[in-house]
Amino acid sequence: MADFEVPELKEYPVIPHLKEGVMAHSKPFIAKEQFQEQLGFPGELVDDWEQIAIDKMGELKGKYRSLQVFLDSCVKCGACTDKCHYYLGTTDPKNMPVARQDLFRQVYRRYYTLAGKYFPKLVGAKDMTREVLDDWYSYFHQCSQCRRCSVYCPYGIDTAEISMAAREVMDAVGVGQKYCNEIIGKVFKIGNNLGLPEPALADTLEGLEEEVYEDTGVKVLFPLDVKGADILLVTPSADFFAEPHVDGLIGYGKVFHEAGASWTISSHASEAANFGMFIGSYENMRNVSLRIREAALDLGVKRIVFGECGHAWRVAYSFLNTLAGPFDFLDPDYPIPQHICEYTYDLIQKGKLKLDKSENDHMVLTFHDSCNVARASRMGDKPGGQFEIPRAIIKAACNNFHDMPDWGIKEGTYCCGGGGGLLTDDLMEIRVKGALPRMEGLKQVVEEYGVTHMAAICAICKSQFAKVLPYYGFTMDQIVSVHQLVSQAIVLTPGEDEGETNDEPAAGSEDAAES
Amino acid sequence: MTFLTVVYALLFYFAFAVLVGGVGYRIWLYARTPSPLKIPTTPAPVTRSGVALRMLKEVTIFESLFKSNKWIWLFGWMFHAALFVILLRHFRYFQDPVWSWVSLVQPFGKYAAFAMLAGLGGLWARRVLVDRVKYISAPSDHLMLALLLAIGASGASMTFVSHTDIVGVKAFFLGLMRFDWQVIPTQPLLLLHITLVALLMIIFPFSKLLHAPGVFFSPTRNQVDNPREKRHVADWALKLEADRSK
Repeated sequence: MADFEVPELKEYPVIPHLKEGVMAHSKPFIAKEQFQEQLGFPGELVDDWEQIAIDKMGELKGKYRSLQVFLDSCVKCGACTDKCHYYLGTTDPKNMPVARQDLFRQVYRRYYTLAGKYFPKLVGAKDMTREVLDDWYSYFHQCSQCRRCSVYCPYGIDTAEISMAAREVMDAVGVGQKYCNEIIGKVFKIGNNLGLPEPALADTLEGLEEEVYEDTGVKVLFPLDVKGADILLVTPSADFFAEPHVDGLIGYGKVFHEAGASWTISSHASEAANFGMFIGSYENMRNVSLRIREAALDLGVKRIVFGECGHAWRVAYSFLNTLAGPFDFLDPDYPIPQHICEYTYDLIQKGKLKLDKSENDHMVLTFHDSCNVARASRMGDKPGGQFEIPRAIIKAACNNFHDMPDWGIKEGTYCCGGGGGLLTDDLMEIRVKGALPRMEGLKQVVEEYGVTHMAAICAICKSQFAKVLPYYGFTMDQIVSVHQLVSQAIVLTPGEDEGETNDEPAAGSEDAAES
Repeated sequence: MTFLTVVYALLFYFAFAVLVGGVGYRIWLYARTPSPLKIPTTPAPVTRSGVALRMLKEVTIFESLFKSNKWIWLFGWMFHAALFVILLRHFRYFQDPVWSWVSLVQPFGKYAAFAMLAGLGGLWARRVLVDRVKYISAPSDHLMLALLLAIGASGASMTFVSHTDIVGVKAFFLGLMRFDWQVIPTQPLLLLHITLVALLMIIFPFSKLLHAPGVFFSPTRNQVDNPREKRHVADWALKLEADRSK
């Protein structure tokens, strides 16, 4: 199945001994000229790139306090060394957070600190050379920016910030990553990561309406570009066609239906994901975010709700107001923006959703806390709401739920292995190896409680697991969407001319008879 | 006035200026550098006072480190807590009369030296014996431990092995503070101890010891988690707004 060795699953993550350089060969494809230039980056490695890189580094440390403080503060205590899923899965020491940061820090030291200028060997400072750049390209693309290390660092040093800065420096000298940069270009041109144009989107949504009607006998709408709707749903474009994502989207539609909400999707902002964050580019992240603002204004909505996507929710929750606000034209009675889980949870709390848990009795569930939701965002009004709310929804929709062991959930959750712009086939080895700790957690509850499925609220997690689970002896359909569970359990209220008046429910439907 | 007195007087003025000026500059730099995005590591407090409590726990009981590695926490905390008590004990060389609580601290400060040395020893052992920590260590990381150990050992020796002229030491430092120089005692252990301390003060602003001010400026720990409630925009980012009509 693979031209690399898949790591063996243990009872729990075991700290491996170092094997230097074993992942140095892992590199994503380099972005071509046309894709670099549409984001405002040089097309290929520029002349005098060393100086440009050093200057860019100086610019960034002047713009980001995080970077300046994190570069100075590390004491090399080693607390983070065993915290990265990529280190645990690959054994390559440069995947230890502090060592990854040091690839950047060694250059910072050399050009921006007295000690590094005069005593480079003493403090481990290095010139900006081709060798260093190659190391950056390999190892800063083996970081999913999941921030697990930042939880455990006594100074809160966040490798994600350093890896974002390194990627921005690389883009500035003309060495960008294909997957991220092409995708951002598609968002600018077409509106979403997948490049689905408006007619295809309309067609897909219409197909969903038919599918749900056939299944349930109830007309659940999936509206597109409806001016004057109350709610704008912004969801990862994977939700429009991939499995199991689309089952989640059907779930959102059913929830809106039950709430009697007037809602719409926008073809202009048909993407929740924001890969601008992965490449560390404030400007690109801002430009992607502004499309959501434009769509909200254009359609005249009162609220914005985000679908299931981890880093999209980070950008939405933490950055959207900063990048594209103020959102004073929206209804201040609701959180701006709101997560679909907050929306659904609120309805459950108010008793407005009827959920038949037994519909999910064929599954025993566990929940994967997606890294960006867990460590970089919040839901509800209390710290940790992002852990409680999705679990509360799962428990409201299912009878069988068991958490994975404490070492790998909530703020200590392990990344799926595909975040941070790594969800590309050219990085399959690092993706499989990086999934190791999560797989070990899953294995434990599979053996102990007979867990059959893992639910997640992130499009990247879902895509990554669908691909990676088989490497570890699981099946790709063992990953499900949280709103897929809601979708299966929800008891729909038929419209006046549907459901009970339908003597003959749509062919092939079991659920319809009950509705 | 001896030659040695002049040398050490000037050395300590210089070391003090470098420490205060250097760390002051770093603090100014950190404070001045914008943090354009809200990036607290969650679950994060949603109020200012919550952040203060989080920070207090970080700098007193090393909360995050406790979560990550019990050995590093044990040695690191032992070293820092002991150093803190020892520093309090040293107040008596810089005041006359001595505050009563400084007198109370004396015996604790005396024996804290062993905890400090044990903590440093443990940290150094990890740096040598654990392959991961060895990999990330630069020569300066070892030298820093050596310096602190030598300061601790020379200090403790003056308490437990060979007493020094502490009355003379006190007179020297009070003299420095009052710009009325007094002769410095010349015991080798004492001179070694204070030379290394001066060296540490000089190195401080150029080394990883900047973690001390740095921790207070770490955005992942010191930010309030309220981005939805309150808009947060850096000055340089505001300039991007200019070309945007609502």
